[in-house]
Amino acid sequence: MMLFKPVLLWTDMLLWLLLAGVAFYAWRVRQREHLLQPWRRLLRSRSGVASAVVLLAFVAVGVLDSLHFRLSLEKQGNGAETHYSPEVLSVFDLMVGPLRKQVEKTYSAPFAAQLYTKETIELPGGKQVRDYPRLKFGGAHLREPAQEQAGDVAATALQGSVYALVLCGGLATVLALWLARRRSISPGAAWTMIRQGRDEIPWRTFLATIGLLVLFVCLSMVFSAKYHIFGTDKVGQDVFYLALKSIRTGLMIGTLTTLVMLPFALLLGIMAGYFRGWVDDVIQYTYTTLSSIPGVLLIAAAVLILQVYMDSNQELFDTVAARADIRLLFLCVILGITSWTGLCRLLRGETLKVREMEFIQAATAFGVGHFRIIARHILPNVMHIVLISIVLDFSALVLAEAVLSYVGVGVDPAMQSWGNMINGARLEMAREPMVWWSLLAAFVFMFVLVLSANLFSDRVRDAFDPRVR
Amino acid sequence: MINYIIRRILYAIPILIGVNLLTFALFFVVNTPDNMARIHLGVKHVTPEAIAKWKHERGYDKPLMWNSAAQGAKQASDTIFFEKSVGMFAFDFGRSDEGRDIAHDIKTRMWPSLAIALPVFLVGLAVNITFAMLMAFFRATYIDLSGVVLCVAMMSISGLFYIIGGQYLVSKLLHLTPISGFDAGSNALKFIILPVVIGVIGGIGSGARWYRTIFLEEASRDYVRTARAKGLSELSVLFGHVLKNAMIPILTGAVVVIPLLFMGSLISESFFGIPGLGSYTIDAINAQDFAIVRAMVFLGSVLYIVGLILTDISYTLVDPRIRLE
Repeated sequence: MMLFKPVLLWTDMLLWLLLAGVAFYAWRVRQREHLLQPWRRLLRSRSGVASAVVLLAFVAVGVLDSLHFRLSLEKQGNGAETHYSPEVLSVFDLMVGPLRKQVEKTYSAPFAAQLYTKETIELPGGKQVRDYPRLKFGGAHLREPAQEQAGDVAATALQGSVYALVLCGGLATVLALWLARRRSISPGAAWTMIRQGRDEIPWRTFLATIGLLVLFVCLSMVFSAKYHIFGTDKVGQDVFYLALKSIRTGLMIGTLTTLVMLPFALLLGIMAGYFRGWVDDVIQYTYTTLSSIPGVLLIAAAVLILQVYMDSNQELFDTVAARADIRLLFLCVILGITSWTGLCRLLRGETLKVREMEFIQAATAFGVGHFRIIARHILPNVMHIVLISIVLDFSALVLAEAVLSYVGVGVDPAMQSWGNMINGARLEMAREPMVWWSLLAAFVFMFVLVLSANLFSDRVRDAFDPRVR
Repeated sequence: MINYIIRRILYAIPILIGVNLLTFALFFVVNTPDNMARIHLGVKHVTPEAIAKWKHERGYDKPLMWNSAAQGAKQASDTIFFEKSVGMFAFDFGRSDEGRDIAHDIKTRMWPSLAIALPVFLVGLAVNITFAMLMAFFRATYIDLSGVVLCVAMMSISGLFYIIGGQYLVSKLLHLTPISGFDAGSNALKFIILPVVIGVIGGIGSGARWYRTIFLEEASRDYVRTARAKGLSELSVLFGHVLKNAMIPILTGAVVVIPLLFMGSLISESFFGIPGLGSYTIDAINAQDFAIVRAMVFLGSVLYIVGLILTDISYTLVDPRIRLE
């Protein structure tokens, strides 16, 4: 009997494919000095390093959250078939276990010990009063929250900071030792080098960013054991947990969309630029037609139609997660269809330029076939455009997800996403006092991800665009 | 010039036909009228008679492209394709699935949309250019650097945040404007101010940064160096030379969106309760009214193509080097 059954969702599969592609690319780059050069330049800039560290942290959460499985249920009698829970969990869910399980009754504010709404509470003497009931988990260890809370929060913050300090000290030591080995200097000299920022890679920025991340992780760990950092939502789920789970959705939309559209954009863009003539006409016509349809409307139309299809074929999906996953995948595909046209146009223009260069003419003169010319000579020379547009599109796509979910054509309502969090919270804006914490959590997480993506993409463009140099 | 415009318009026709065929395929072939009927009547417990009645009332019970039961020209005209899709070229959008006249709705709803979108566009353009000029003037100083950082931060904030935050701050805390709503005539002003201000602020980040890049690119050209060498002050170089020449890419980039202003903004209209085309579309999406969504898809494409043609014409107007023949 297995304790769990692994579940491979479609988007998981594509994510692993993408990671494999990235690994392959990294392996190739390591061997070729001229490909390595722009990355070196990227790592020398402070904002590049800082944003890369933050992005990697997001990616780590997203990847951990993509290892899905279903736990087995308890057996009903001997010899019975093992049944698995309909709930699809991920490794990340296990790591943040208490966050997922500590569900309250309904809304509660960040760090609150009491519910947001008044309820009738029965006192031991049989009397009834209307008051804010205590939460089941948040601040449950306090006897008199009003008096003890401030002290408890300060003590917990101190505890978290101490953990963070210890961890950071360890990290800095490891870094200094590693650098000392690599540059063959003494650890003391390595540490001075890091502190004074004399190495070509800005290690100070690197350490500061990691330090902030570690501090955030430590604080959120010690606090979420006792409180709900970002409060709870309508059905009492921890908002911090929802915001963390939304990371995967955001990353998926930002990366899979590009992955899905990339083959089309590459193939058609290069073909149009290389062959010209009627091929060019047909391809230009196709992308002009597609790009002339307003993106949101095309997405809305397509998602409406998908909904009809899923409603009439409900037997295809065995779990809620599988259903939500198909919708996410489809959203990526349809976003890809609306966004490949820009890249295609750029690639066509660049190919038009590259194909007139001498080395292509030489290749043609040697009798090299079209396919080989495209694959060996044109493709490598337009790849910087692909890379730049991938990172540029990423932040726009993450923001688009929120808007689409608001319009009602975004990801499945059952899937955690920042757009769904905002959408759910906006209905509560009129309440007095306002339920603001879901909004805040979603916006803060989105802001951090998009800001680091924007900074990173700026540096990527600086490093890779030959015109900028 | 006239020849060129005519040619551009002729070139637009196949694109519109493509859009039309695509929407037709999406809305009637991939998603059959039976499916639509089921969505509206409820997926479960729906009788075939009810579906047939629903389809007949909306004219969806005809053959898709070719009516072999009819006579003569009616074989082609008495079909869903002819009645629902071809008519769009004459801006005959038919009736919505709820029975409303779509063309009439569009005519009345485009004015509130325009009342928001046009000021956002004009004020936004002016504000973005001003900020970009400031950053270009103080280029490579801390003012420029902090301006760029501010721009990147502002463009990393979700557009929804500006709307929700603005509504909360201005309407709920300060009670300066109503939270949402719309009124006819001059009463509309108090409803318009907040969406316009928020629309402008939300666009500053990406807009100002983009224009700054254009200004800096222009400022590194030879004629600018000549102007400086001539002894012109930095201000007169910036306004007399850089701004003038940078207006070419800025204007031509802006012209393309002018026709689309009629469509309004989906998000801000629905947040502010503006009865424009944006909220019309959102309502249609939520009510799954396929007829309206189809009409808006087509209208949006037409306006986009008009924008492209206007862009080409505006090139000749602002840039004397370009002649369209």
